[in-house]
Amino acid sequence: MFEYAPAPESRAVVDLKPSYGLFVDGEFVEPADGGTIKSINPASEEVLAEVAEAGPADVDRAVRAARRAYDEVWGPMPGRDRAKYLFRIARIIQERARELAVLESLDNGKPIRESRDVDVPLVAAHFFYYAGWADKLGHAGFGPDPRPLGVAGQVIPWNFPLLMLAWKIAPALAAGNTVVLKPAETTPLSALLFAEICQQADLPPGVVNILTGAGETGRALVEHDGIDKVAFTGSTEVGRQIARSVAGTRKKLTLELGGKAANIVFDDAPVDQAVEGIVNGIFFNQGHVCCAGSRLLVQESVYDEVLASLKRRMARLRVGDPLDKNTDIGAINSAAQLDRIRTLAEIGSSEGAERWSPPCELPDRGFWFAPTVFTGVSQAHRIAREEIFGPVLSVLTFRTPAEAVEKANNTPYGLSAGIWTDKGSRILWMADRLRAGVVWANTFNKFDPTSPFGGFKESGYGREGGRQGLEAYLDV
Amino acid sequence: MTATTASARSDLSEVGRSEATLRTFLHGLPGVDQVGAEQRTAMLGTRSIKTTAKAWAIDLAIRMVDLTTLEGADTPGKVRALAAKALRPDPADPSCPPVAAVCVYPTMVPVAAAALWGTTTRSAGDAGRVHLASVATAFPSGQAPLEIRLADTRSAVAGGADEIDMVINRGAFLSGRYREVYDEIVAVKAASGDAHLKVILETGELVTYDNVRRASWLAMLAGADFIKTSTGKVPVAATLPVTLVMLEAVRDFRDATGRQVGVKPAGGIRTTKDAIKYLVLVNETAGPDWLHPDWFRFGASSLLNDLLMQRTKLSTGVYSGPDYFTLD
Amino acid sequence: MSDSTGRVAVRKTYKLFIGGKFPRSESGRSYPVQNSNVALASRKDVRDAVLAARAAVKGWSGATAYNRGQILYRVAEMLEGRRDQFVGLGVPDDEVDEAIDRWVWYAGWADKLTQVYGNANPVAGPYFNLSAPEPTGVVGVLAPAEPALLGLVSVLAPAIVTGNTVVVLVAEASPLPAITLSEVLATSDLPGGVVNLLTGRPAETASWLAGHMDVNALDLTGVADPELAAEWERAAAGNLKRVLRPAAGPVDWSADPGVGRMTAFLETKTVWHPKGV
Repeated sequence: MFEYAPAPESRAVVDLKPSYGLFVDGEFVEPADGGTIKSINPASEEVLAEVAEAGPADVDRAVRAARRAYDEVWGPMPGRDRAKYLFRIARIIQERARELAVLESLDNGKPIRESRDVDVPLVAAHFFYYAGWADKLGHAGFGPDPRPLGVAGQVIPWNFPLLMLAWKIAPALAAGNTVVLKPAETTPLSALLFAEICQQADLPPGVVNILTGAGETGRALVEHDGIDKVAFTGSTEVGRQIARSVAGTRKKLTLELGGKAANIVFDDAPVDQAVEGIVNGIFFNQGHVCCAGSRLLVQESVYDEVLASLKRRMARLRVGDPLDKNTDIGAINSAAQLDRIRTLAEIGSSEGAERWSPPCELPDRGFWFAPTVFTGVSQAHRIAREEIFGPVLSVLTFRTPAEAVEKANNTPYGLSAGIWTDKGSRILWMADRLRAGVVWANTFNKFDPTSPFGGFKESGYGREGGRQGLEAYLDV
Repeated sequence: MTATTASARSDLSEVGRSEATLRTFLHGLPGVDQVGAEQRTAMLGTRSIKTTAKAWAIDLAIRMVDLTTLEGADTPGKVRALAAKALRPDPADPSCPPVAAVCVYPTMVPVAAAALWGTTTRSAGDAGRVHLASVATAFPSGQAPLEIRLADTRSAVAGGADEIDMVINRGAFLSGRYREVYDEIVAVKAASGDAHLKVILETGELVTYDNVRRASWLAMLAGADFIKTSTGKVPVAATLPVTLVMLEAVRDFRDATGRQVGVKPAGGIRTTKDAIKYLVLVNETAGPDWLHPDWFRFGASSLLNDLLMQRTKLSTGVYSGPDYFTLD
Repeated sequence: MSDSTGRVAVRKTYKLFIGGKFPRSESGRSYPVQNSNVALASRKDVRDAVLAARAAVKGWSGATAYNRGQILYRVAEMLEGRRDQFVGLGVPDDEVDEAIDRWVWYAGWADKLTQVYGNANPVAGPYFNLSAPEPTGVVGVLAPAEPALLGLVSVLAPAIVTGNTVVVLVAEASPLPAITLSEVLATSDLPGGVVNLLTGRPAETASWLAGHMDVNALDLTGVADPELAAEWERAAAGNLKRVLRPAAGPVDWSADPGVGRMTAFLETKTVWHPKGV
């Protein structure tokens, strides 16, 4: 047997402090009430650092700093100068890429292969892309002189901590807004390193403010009277609460929420690539992906063949140490998320679906869940309807293209969908009918700063990325 | 074509019956998405093979090398030197395994056989000893009348070759004359007798992965023991994605028929790093059953010295240099 | 009403417009406006209207943009023919002109907005990548009371031209032009259910529309009371409807409307496909 020896990426490149303050007005400051949160490594449960928990007074302080920066510096600054700051940030991200990747894997649990080859390169690319827009806003199709909104309050999730920060901050700054961003409770560290990068770039104080904290911090930020824009990525339930809380205000809102994407495989699909797409669709980032292809719809005539290939492929997935360069599936981000995945998987079994995982040894410490596939799933099963946000795939079948569309759309979500077939006209016919913001045909889980991302229906509204992503931060 | 059903399995012997059945079968194989296939190999190319795994992989790679010389300028002296290197790649280190085979033109087969085995036949008791492969069938173009190609094959076998590397008729394949290609492989297989038949697809000339998959199946259906990427004589030789598609084909063919066929990428593989990428590809595509010189070979010449240098680095802890390895 | 010859006129019954038909309110209620009894829609009429609007989505959003443009232009033709009726209901001449012209303006957008608002994306990889707008689905609209015709046309046309279907709650005070407009729509090849107009008291029915889980978006333009607008926006959050809030200040309905009212009820769909041989 070809046993790959451990190939761990060195964590020496990351210099963690024991504790971190809040990043407000260009400086790290102590929180007003001194609360702290421990950020742990989900692969080992060791404490990585303590971070401050921002309270209402901190939120107020940060929003005021952002407002002052907007009024006095960033708002009046010519777009070409804003662009140069963003280019600077992009370059520093590239220069410190390995450090960011290792830190992201430490704090999040995702494999270093993904943080190194996907997350961090996309982060830099996002800043590059939006940097170029800063002095061309009049050509973006939103009128000759689109205005920024003011101060943006941004709340991001733990699944792609730094990438979600980039999706939020890059377009906001390019459009001329200033921001107060709250990273997720369990993954604050890369955002704090980003704060250092802002300092290194000599970004004017107050343009970017980072407040660590949990849900209450996020609520205080979203509800603060001094912000003009709320951008949130996270669960549909919290998205609903935010939509309610901004009702009746003039705050512009964009939401990127949950999903339950169908990945549809026809009998004429390029099977080997389809299987790769299925695996990438649901096991990328441990399935902690809002656009994950969590419902596999297979045409009945190739069901046996696809399932056999899928299981064989799943048996090759390497689960374990996120810092090992050969790891395919890392740690589940938190104990709470692991509980949720376990609960829904148990419901899947109890509702009669058949559960299968390849043999795989999971580490003793940390939060782990083996890649899992449920067969014999029907539309009525909870595992076919609810977002699991973990490495759990539900397999359903269909007979005709119309049935595939009907089943794919039979969900309150509408973030993404996948189509696998060699027939071009069928792809376009399907793409027209799938109610989803991103349709991947003969590919899956691809992202690019130029390509708008966001959902239909309860998957949220507004787009991130591309020309459309600017609209979220402009008064149009 | 993974996990073809039992009914399909019983049908496969009939596939070569006519042009129509062959065409129907080959065009019924699932397509290959170029971008997806290339991304898969790019991802596998990031596998980091270190320390004990690397040592194991290097020794395996050495054992899989078909040490090749296919030059107009080949001489008996050159072939004898190559055979000596094949038997003892690193004279300074007796723990270094021999390569899988030497690969030469038919005229050089008797010379190589004498140098490798002292006789013209590799006896049954020689398990583990170095094989003797010969290219035949008007290598590399294959552009000679069938009778001449068959005579070429018979002469190589008579001279002692126990492996025959034949080229397919790409012109016939690309113009859709599958039956013609099939029949020629069947004929060469018959002419090869007990020698193992490696069928060179010359994937650089087939251009698309769909063609590579079809040609792989065509060769296997016609009786190939190995499918091989390239002659090394056209600009595009072995690549990881082409090898991926061929590994998928042998995997699926075994699922469908129960018969295991080997894979040999040839040409352009020069470094240990490359070779290890291929081994990772084998491991994660066809699976561990193919991680053996009986089922996977590297058609290469300069690769061997790089493997030896890396092997020495691992055992001594210092980087070596070309002066410490023989040039053959 | 009788003409100068002393002939007894046939009066019009002002009913709802749901699914291409003109039912009375299922509640049997009406309320007097300008000496006419106008149907007073109930929550069940809202329910029926949403069903009709949902049923019409597939056909209307699936029609070609050219076809939608043709039909909307036909609406403008019919509007022109009924000019005098609107004037007779008290709509000023210039408002009628403006409303017809506005309708023509929007009709022309049907086969252009995708070009202006969609685009190809140069992603860093071997992929075809195209973003194009698509209709959101069923849009609930609270129409402004004033100007009765131009205001209504200005919220209705942009919502449907892109392929959405609508349920419009007509302002309580000015229902008659809306009902006459529905008669125009019914005779313009517009498929039944694309536009559904409910007269009555939005204060009574809007919360049902705002909270309806099969409505995708809500246009609160006609809501004058900020408290009510906030309440209905909160209700709309139940299924994350796209909400267009009432303007912060007075609206100049005769000004160039821009594309904002169309893009407010569009989704961007991005399609990826590899490029290979």
